[in-house]
Amino acid sequence: MAEPAAAPSVSLKRTPLHALHVSLGGKMVPFAGYEMPVQYAPGVLKEHLHTRSAAGLFDVSHMGQVALVPKSGKVADAAAALERLVPQDIIGIPPGRQRYAQFTNPDGGILDDLMVANFGEHLVLVVNAACKDADIKLLQDALSDACEVQPLNDRALLALQGPKAAAVLAKFCAEAEGMRFMDAGPRTVDGLACYVSRSGYTGEDGFEISVPANQAEQLADALLSDDKDVLPIGLGARDSLRLEAGLCLYGHDIDTTTTPVEGALEWSVQKVRRNGGARAGGFPGADRILAQFDHGAARRRVGLRPEGRAPVREGATLFATADAAEPVGKVTSGGFGPTLNAPVAMGYVPMALAALDTKLFADVRGQRLPLRVAAMPFVPNTYKR
Amino acid sequence: MTTLYTSDHEWLSIDGDVATIGITDYAQAQLGDVVFVELPQVGRALKKAEAAAVVESVKAASDVYAPITGEVVEVNQAIVDEPALVNTDAGGKAWFFKLKIADKGELGGLMDEAAYKAHTA
Repeated sequence: MAEPAAAPSVSLKRTPLHALHVSLGGKMVPFAGYEMPVQYAPGVLKEHLHTRSAAGLFDVSHMGQVALVPKSGKVADAAAALERLVPQDIIGIPPGRQRYAQFTNPDGGILDDLMVANFGEHLVLVVNAACKDADIKLLQDALSDACEVQPLNDRALLALQGPKAAAVLAKFCAEAEGMRFMDAGPRTVDGLACYVSRSGYTGEDGFEISVPANQAEQLADALLSDDKDVLPIGLGARDSLRLEAGLCLYGHDIDTTTTPVEGALEWSVQKVRRNGGARAGGFPGADRILAQFDHGAARRRVGLRPEGRAPVREGATLFATADAAEPVGKVTSGGFGPTLNAPVAMGYVPMALAALDTKLFADVRGQRLPLRVAAMPFVPNTYKR
Repeated sequence: MTTLYTSDHEWLSIDGDVATIGITDYAQAQLGDVVFVELPQVGRALKKAEAAAVVESVKAASDVYAPITGEVVEVNQAIVDEPALVNTDAGGKAWFFKLKIADKGELGGLMDEAAYKAHTA
């Protein structure tokens, strides 16, 4: 058996919870420039299943948090400015609500995906770790006329996910249980000045909690003190949970070569920004993206269920038949779904092969393994709408 | 019966001219939860260092190499049916396959338990 690849010798950043991860036995690995826990002693399988049955606490402090503060003092001006960079209806996000969005490039490709919350007086964005420096520069270059771009570097971010998340958080923040999916804003948690959103990236009901960095460990300790229901969960299970939930991982399932339509993210682009809408276009790549809304894209991200037990992983080429010479697409995420006790994957295929139940073949170690196009999410989500 | 080890974390238990081969407890701990195992066909002739089997954890796939040259005479269907056995009993019930040893001279290049312990220390 081959040795696991050695960690690259680059200097890695640490989150405010690094010492806690180590003390909890987290196995630390390099991820997006950070040293992060990939798993704890129970292992990815048990951590995944625990999150689905009780609650898991994730450190996602490596992600970027940015405030967009309107120079005019009117949040609508910050929202209008942000609409120059994303195809979403940002002006229409009510105060106290959050929405999923993508930064696009002039070709209609996706530069990053993000969450945008309206805090009433300003917007708060959460972006991916690997993209955050580029995102901040993009925001500064494009929006400085209208907004102060304020990276919130002094905040950590925790995610509490799973069916018991609301009951656990309610012990520290009475308002938590009254929040609906995608509610977001400042809340006091365990006496700390936090930002809380009822969201996450596991398909489970749950919360993301932004906390001042120097109080992150206090909050994590408090949430973990109920050690029967809440376990610390590593990035390994975060990845298998989001895969079962059919959620895109930036840099894998979506990137600068995929548009929101190709990525099956049409649901995230509101009608007001599409052709015929009051604020159609006006974002990078609008011509291409809106043409795809009207006429369709040539390819699409689909869910895939391998018929056997063998996981079909990222990079596997897809074929229309068992003996076709030319591939038709590629798997962009794939692995084993612990909740389903079966392999799951997603990838891009031509539109003609994107219909549910279409049989395809994936090349795995030189064998053509059969799989079928399947509906996502693979595991039903449990958001409290 | 002698047990030998490779630097790639396979173990071999030698019984006459047959070697039973598995992965070490150290290897299974590195892999994490094993969810899938692919074994060679009985009758397949394997060369030393050839990829012979595949073991997949939730996160990644790893090859298991033939530590010596030989012919596959038996495979362990139990770990195909229950891959988690590799995590719970890597050195015992979770053997992968048995090889009819082609050249006992190749065994000389393998590690004994003390040398393997030093290798993984």
